[in-house]
Amino acid sequence: MNRGVMWLLALLAAAVMPLVLSSYHVDLATRILIFAVLAMSIDVLAGFVGRTSLCHGAIFGVATYVVIWAMAKAGLPAAPAFLSGVLAATLVAALFGLLAVRTSGVYFLLLTVALGMVVWGICLRWTGVTGGENGLRGQDMRPGFLLARENFYWLVLAVAALTAWAMQRFVNSPFGLSLRGIRDSESRMRALGYNVPLHLFVGFAVSGFFAGVAGALYAFFNEYVSPSSVAMGQSVAGLLMAIVGGIGTLFGSFIGAAAIILLENTVSWYTDRWQAVLGLVFILTMIFAPEGILGTVRRLAAPKGRAR
Amino acid sequence: MNSFQLLNGLTFAALLFVVASGFTLVFGLLRIVNLSHGALYLLGGYIGYSTATATGSFVLGMLAAMLGVAAVGLVLDQGLLRFVRGQELRQVLLSLGVALVLNDLALVIWGGDSFTVPTPQALFGAVPVLDTFYPKYRLFVLGMGVLVFVLLWLLLNHTRLGALIRAGVDDPEMVEASGVNIRRVFVLTFLLGCALAGLGGVMGGAFLALYPSADAEILVFSLAVVVIGGRGSLVGAAIGAVLVGLLNTMGQVWFPELAYFVIFGPMAALLAFRPLGLLGRAV
Repeated sequence: MNRGVMWLLALLAAAVMPLVLSSYHVDLATRILIFAVLAMSIDVLAGFVGRTSLCHGAIFGVATYVVIWAMAKAGLPAAPAFLSGVLAATLVAALFGLLAVRTSGVYFLLLTVALGMVVWGICLRWTGVTGGENGLRGQDMRPGFLLARENFYWLVLAVAALTAWAMQRFVNSPFGLSLRGIRDSESRMRALGYNVPLHLFVGFAVSGFFAGVAGALYAFFNEYVSPSSVAMGQSVAGLLMAIVGGIGTLFGSFIGAAAIILLENTVSWYTDRWQAVLGLVFILTMIFAPEGILGTVRRLAAPKGRAR
Repeated sequence: MNSFQLLNGLTFAALLFVVASGFTLVFGLLRIVNLSHGALYLLGGYIGYSTATATGSFVLGMLAAMLGVAAVGLVLDQGLLRFVRGQELRQVLLSLGVALVLNDLALVIWGGDSFTVPTPQALFGAVPVLDTFYPKYRLFVLGMGVLVFVLLWLLLNHTRLGALIRAGVDDPEMVEASGVNIRRVFVLTFLLGCALAGLGGVMGGAFLALYPSADAEILVFSLAVVVIGGRGSLVGAAIGAVLVGLLNTMGQVWFPELAYFVIFGPMAALLAFRPLGLLGRAV
């Protein structure tokens, strides 16, 4: 069975889920799909450009903020609000990209932490626009035909499938291949005449665009946003989902997002100590399974002697 | 900016220096970006708070915080980081996980209220400085910052351990090849870095208060200091701390809503021209 058929079956299975699941679980599945898109956008950079970002939660959150602000404060209809959220996130990502392309490795990570904190600081302190600590609340944001949670789930599923396909195409395009070349050897690509900073910039902006799509969807799902949506915790969660799924596997993000969100859901039944559990998952993954679930499966399934 | 605000900036810079010097030492020598440094700061503050309230002694609080946090650091280094030696990214992410766990642990033990470490009687009140009255305690923080700088400078430049650390920053393999147990130097440096975070926690906990998200704030400020100053550079950390301290004060005075931007804007711009920081060197 080839891979395409496999993913088509997975998509079909996901599509019939609302018919069998309770409404609570449909919401859970919607959340998983949204965060899978965020995790994939992180994986585009981490897995295919070799740049681990800790500010994608902030980019995601910018889209959420803008969508809710546009609808609640500026009175825009849903579709333009959605677009402006995605656009804002892409612009923020492009700005960050301009700064971040000069760094690599740990320095890139540090810079993205700092940039993410700037967004958080602004959302927290710019009370006039962002509502400060209280955040922003939207009301009846979804247009009529999306009010039913099953319909909204199908929309999110469609968007998630579409973005997953787009990202897959992106990383396998000639442009994506040159990004991988930069990941493997920046100096070689430079010597071959590639404009490395430009490639990194475009890669960052594209990845930010997808994070923005996820964030804008989240606005309609949650109808509420507060500084914790742009805080480091959001970036950390997204990155962890990408890592648990398997960096560089892209679709592994669905598995990673499902694993982390279902775990959070289960743990929350028993204890308030979700933060600590999340930290433990991080530590254990880093020590024992840095290549994640899908990465491990692929390694085991790959014919011996042929590295991925 | 009047002299009161200037002093505010400088005392904050002194605190930042104490915290960031530990961070930069570990970053420079061990190549570990310890994202749990902020959590260690907060933990140190809480330990100092509990000890100082229980015994009534601020000095004991500082000692307990340094020892306690160094002990946590030992566990972290020997128990966890040893599994991912030499892999920069995995180390960073692991320390991030540690930060989450430590924070939540602190929340369980000390709860979500904000605490202030009680300062000793002798440091109550204010004294005339320049053209204003200024709290004694904050001048003490300034003094501590200078003292820590001098001590670290002497340690790095006039002791054998310091020479090994400096050599290790430049070329750890070579140091090891000349028959030095570099691993021991690494562990000692890591513990020193953690102890400095703990000390900073007590110093800062007495005038900035301790609360569950204080760790992230101080961590980000230290990141800025180290990124500006260049990794592993003590003088760079001092310059970075003064810059960030002053910028932060200016930002809060003039653009309270965008205070964060005032620090990170220049930092990001600096990175664009000197990706390794003011005094950082390529390795």
